Amino acid sequence: MSTGKGDIELAGVAKSYDGSTYAVDGINLKIPDGAYCCLLGPSGCGKSTILRMIAGHEDPTVGEILIGGEDVVGLDPVERRTAMMFQSYALFPHLSVRDNIAFALRVRGMAKGARDDKVDAMIEKVQLGEFANRLPAQLSGGQQQRVALARAAITEPRVLLLDEPLSALDEHLRIKMRAELSRMQRDLGITFIHVTHTQMEAIALADMVVVMDKGQIRQAAPAPEVYARPRDRYVAEFIGGQNVLSGTIGQVNGVRATLAGARFSAINIPIVQSRRLESGQMLDIAVRRDDIDLLRPGGAGVPEGSTAIEGSVIGVEYQGNFVKVMLEAGGEDEFVAYVPERRFFEDALSIGDRVLAVWQIDHAHLLA
Amino acid sequence: MTAPISARTGTTMMRRKVRKSSDRPWTFYVLASFFALYVIALYGPMISIYILSFQDVQGGLVFPMRGVSLYWFNELIMQTRAGDVSGAFSRSMYLAVSVTVITVVVSFMAGMAFRRRFRGDTIVFYLMIASLVAPGLVLGIGIGLGFNMLGIETSWYTSALGAQLSWTLPFGILVMFAVMSRLNNDWEEAARDLGASRAQTIILVILPILAPGLIAVALFGFTLSYDEFARTLQTAGPLNTLPLEIWSMTLNVTSPSLYALGTVSTVVSFIIIGVSLGSIVMLQRRSAARLNNAK
Repeated sequence: MSTGKGDIELAGVAKSYDGSTYAVDGINLKIPDGAYCCLLGPSGCGKSTILRMIAGHEDPTVGEILIGGEDVVGLDPVERRTAMMFQSYALFPHLSVRDNIAFALRVRGMAKGARDDKVDAMIEKVQLGEFANRLPAQLSGGQQQRVALARAAITEPRVLLLDEPLSALDEHLRIKMRAELSRMQRDLGITFIHVTHTQMEAIALADMVVVMDKGQIRQAAPAPEVYARPRDRYVAEFIGGQNVLSGTIGQVNGVRATLAGARFSAINIPIVQSRRLESGQMLDIAVRRDDIDLLRPGGAGVPEGSTAIEGSVIGVEYQGNFVKVMLEAGGEDEFVAYVPERRFFEDALSIGDRVLAVWQIDHAHLLA
Repeated sequence: MTAPISARTGTTMMRRKVRKSSDRPWTFYVLASFFALYVIALYGPMISIYILSFQDVQGGLVFPMRGVSLYWFNELIMQTRAGDVSGAFSRSMYLAVSVTVITVVVSFMAGMAFRRRFRGDTIVFYLMIASLVAPGLVLGIGIGLGFNMLGIETSWYTSALGAQLSWTLPFGILVMFAVMSRLNNDWEEAARDLGASRAQTIILVILPILAPGLIAVALFGFTLSYDEFARTLQTAGPLNTLPLEIWSMTLNVTSPSLYALGTVSTVVSFIIIGVSLGSIVMLQRRSAARLNNAK
């Protein structure tokens, strides 16, 4: 058992339970030491299976899992120096908070004196001092989560694996505990891998967001990149905050190209160096909802360097700091603009109004 | 933090006090009388037996009482007229304890095994149920005959033990199924994750969590064995267990020592039940005490 670093590499990892369908299908992923990584995807996308394979509770059908440079497939969780926090927390109901936290040290045969010192320090760290002798059933959800975290962290693992750690909490507590998780990760300075199906949770916490679908990785990148520059339509729609438009490329001329869809006339799109665009090719683009400006038709017209599609308002939702305006436009299910609250009430739109949805051409993002 | 909780308990208690007996629906009285009749029918005859067992030397089998003494209890132990009661009693105790231990251990292991599907699990399950519904007397005769055919002496610690297990094991396992539903797989996985070996997981996590259920299985096993008659009748061999002894006494003993035996065996039953329930309560008190320490 070396004291290797907590960087993780998955190489060609696949997992099949029945030999024909794959829950996890050929994953390659590198997670740097000390990173906060979120595995994000809908239920059944294989994210929990990946977590359990890293934890050593399941073995991959094929592929290698390296932690700190050594292949850990077949090793016990203790030998991997990973620790897992379960979705249900799995606190032992018959043991007090103190005994739950001390469990890992007890099964290792650590003497009671040394054990107590370490446990006291950990209880202090997670601020559970006054609850040390309570049973888990006598704690609130947030306190239970802290106990689960302390119990996992007491072994000084190099990787902490969290399976939907916030899903059992109510909305208010979830946001509070989210900040606490982030603080714990900085304190401990170890790699955290956090599985979630909530986009906002992943974006708020992670240094690295891994978006998954059907056992495969769609995009693995820092949170701002996943949000602002999603790789494909799936990522854009799953992360949210984007309008996706599909169309066929018309003319291509040096710096701009045009894109025409079935339900909207040609709009201008930027040309990026990394992509070759050809006339007649199908393309998806994403435009951020907060990049869209709504103008009334027949006014000043579309400003220079911008492009627009026309539509009508089908819904208005007040959100406080902004107003969510839903449009019927571009042939998409939902075309949404987030209009800053003050701007919206300068000229409030109502349902049925015709509008031009305008955005700067360079703000559109081409999807794969 | 504790203030709002105690305030809430306060109001519930007040509400309980304010509630008058006239608030009760008529069904309460119907059901209460039914329950009272049930209790009288259940305990009335038994209580008569207990009272009559304390008669003096010249006492008979019916009321009125003739004097008060412990004469018939003494008679029971001295086995002058009654046969080998204390021998039957200790055999029944040894047998019940063996049945209890085997039932608890095997039911626990079977409960663990049945959490996952395995080859032939349905067949095993139905075989188990079959031995539960098979008429006890027939099953006992079968086992007795089987031993005879094989040329093995039947005795209370071999054939009768087996016959009783055919009754207590399916019961114990069915209770265990209900108990096992409390067991969350995450607990075992968490224990493994924290470095516990398989044995440590069972001793430190699974057994303590299941302890109340295992006590219930033990209680079941003990009481089922202690007063088992049908399956034991043809399998106990030359020496009687207590129920067989009582039965033979009803055939040829016509003195209150029969009643004294009834009193003694009832007291033993109550002690066993008291010890079992007491240990469950003690387990709960221990956690409650922990809560009080925490406050």
